[in-house]
Amino acid sequence: MSITLKDVEHVAALARLELSEQEKEQFLGQLNAILKYADKLSELNTDDVPPTSHVLPMTNVMREDELHESLPLDKVLLNAPDEEDGQIRVPAVLE
Amino acid sequence: MSLFDMRLQEIHNKLHGKELSVTELVEASFARIAETDSSIRAFITLNEDNARKDAAAMDEALRQGGERGLLFGLPAGIKDNMVTEGLLTTCASQFLSNYNPIYDATAVTKLKEAGAVTVGKLNMDEFAMGGSNENSSYYPTRNPWNTDYVPGGSSGGSAAAVAAGQVYFSLGSDTGGSIRQPAAYCGIVGLKPTYGLVSRYGLVAFASSLDQIGPLTKNVEDAAYVLQAIAGYDKRDSTSASVDIPDYTAALTGDVKGLRIGVPKEYLGQGIDPRVKEAVMNALRVYESLGAQWEEISLPHTEYAIAAYYLLASSEASSNLARFDGVRYGVRADNPDNLIDLYRKSRSQGFGPEVKRRIMLGTYALSSGYYDAYYLKAQKVRTLIKGDFDQAFKQYDLILGPTAPTPAFRIGEQVGDPLTMYLNDICTIPVSLAGIPAISIPCGHADGLPVGLQIIGKAFDESTVLRAAHAFEANTDYHLQRPAL
Repeated sequence: MSITLKDVEHVAALARLELSEQEKEQFLGQLNAILKYADKLSELNTDDVPPTSHVLPMTNVMREDELHESLPLDKVLLNAPDEEDGQIRVPAVLE
Repeated sequence: MSLFDMRLQEIHNKLHGKELSVTELVEASFARIAETDSSIRAFITLNEDNARKDAAAMDEALRQGGERGLLFGLPAGIKDNMVTEGLLTTCASQFLSNYNPIYDATAVTKLKEAGAVTVGKLNMDEFAMGGSNENSSYYPTRNPWNTDYVPGGSSGGSAAAVAAGQVYFSLGSDTGGSIRQPAAYCGIVGLKPTYGLVSRYGLVAFASSLDQIGPLTKNVEDAAYVLQAIAGYDKRDSTSASVDIPDYTAALTGDVKGLRIGVPKEYLGQGIDPRVKEAVMNALRVYESLGAQWEEISLPHTEYAIAAYYLLASSEASSNLARFDGVRYGVRADNPDNLIDLYRKSRSQGFGPEVKRRIMLGTYALSSGYYDAYYLKAQKVRTLIKGDFDQAFKQYDLILGPTAPTPAFRIGEQVGDPLTMYLNDICTIPVSLAGIPAISIPCGHADGLPVGLQIIGKAFDESTVLRAAHAFEANTDYHLQRPAL
C-alpha cells in the first residue's frame, strides 16, 4: 500500500500537525519507504494468532473509589501559558 | 584515578570514615562536567544549587552518625524524559523547553531515598525517538571515545555522562534499545529491566507497552545496586508488576557453571559487522572457559521485529503525544486563529522532524481502514516474536548476541535516512517486544570504538542476567577501560 499527498494531508489534520509543502513531500517519501518495509509483515500468516497488546497478564487495574486530595490549584497552573481567575485560558472553542 | 573509579564499597567506607564527603563527590562531578561537557554535551540542565544544598545536608546527616546504603552520596544523572520536581524537564524538545514539573518520577524518588544526588538532566533524542542522540532539539551529544561519533540513543546523554566520568551512574529509558545501544556504543553497562519491574510513573510516555527505565553504569555491580533501588510495585503505575523483588546483588557470585546459553543465528548473520561478531565469539569462549555451555539457536521471526516495532511504537506514540496541545503546559504558539489552530501551531512549532514523522506513521497505522493491516497485524506478529523467546527459554537460561550490528557511527552519517537508522535496533527491538530483561556489557573494541554484548533473560529473571554479566566482567577488563578525553 502506498500513500498519496492527500493521505499525508489527511493524517496531518488528524494529528493536529501543520506541515509545509516541503515537509509534506519529504514525509510522503519517507513514510512510503517505511510502509513498504512494513508490508513485510503480510508475509506471515497470522489468522490464528492472538494480538499482544500488553506483555504482562494484567487486566482492569483499578483502585477503590475513595476520595483523595487533589492537586492544589497553584501547582495545576504552574506551567499554564495563559491563566485568569484560577482557570487556563484558550481561544474560543465554539464560533 | 577519578573518584568515580572507586567501587561502591570503598566510597561507602570512606564516606562513613570521614575520609570523603558527599560535597567532594558532587563537586568532583561538577568539575568533570565543566572540564568535558563543552565537547561531550551530555547535559541539558545542571542542578548545581540544589545538589550542593543536598550534599551539605547529607554531610551533616553523616556527621550525626548512622549507616547509609551503598548509593548514598553518589552523583547521578537523570535522562530528561523523567520528571524532576522544580528542575526543568524538556525531553530534549522545544515543546517542553519551559516545563517545570510539579512532581518527581517514582524512580527519581526512590533514588533520592537511597541517597543519590541528582546533578543534572541528560540529553536524549527528542521524546526518546531516535538511536543516535542527533534528534535532540538542543544539540547532539558526542561519544567520549571519539567525539566525531554518536553516543547512541535515545539515552545518549545518560551513556556519555557515565563513560566520561561525569556522574557515578545515570538513569535512562529503553523502548526499542535506548539504554542498551548507547551503553554498547559508549563501552558501559546498560540494563533494560523486564517490562513492569520499574515504575513508569513520571517517565514521559513514548510507547506505553514498551517503555522501561533502567540504569547505565560503569560495571555490573553498580547496575545491580541501582536496579535494587528503583525496582518494585508502584500503585501509581497501572502497568507496574506485583512481583517480589529478589536481592539482585546476591546474584553476583561469579559462578556460571552449567549455564545454558542460546545464540540466535539471526543475531550473527548478514548485516553484523565482522569485528562485532568476533568480539561476541570471543565472549562465548570466555563463557565456555567458565563452565557455561552455548549452542546456536533460531528465533525465526526476528526479521519481522523492526517492522512490527515501528508500527506499534509509533501508534502508541501518536496517542501519547496527543497530550502536547499547548493548553496546560509547554510552549504555546502565538496568535492562533482558533483552538484547533492552537493545537496545530503549538505542536508543529514544538516538535522536531523525527517526532512528527512517527506521529504521522502512528496516526496512519491506527486510522480507519488501515488499523487491521498495520496495527493489529503488528500486534499479532508481536505474539509470534514473544513466542520465539518463550520457546527458546524452555531449553536455555539466557540468550546472547551483539547489542548492535555495528559500533558507533559518525555524527551526520545516517541522519538523511530514517530507515537505516531504524535497522540499527535489530538486536534490541525483539527483546522489547517480548518485554523481557536484557543487559549490554562491554566486550571488545572495533578500531577504538566499544562493542557491546547483549545478555537476554527470562521475564523477571534479572538475577541470572546479572550473574552472567558479572562473571564475564570478573574475567575480563573491558569495563575498566576509559576513553581518553
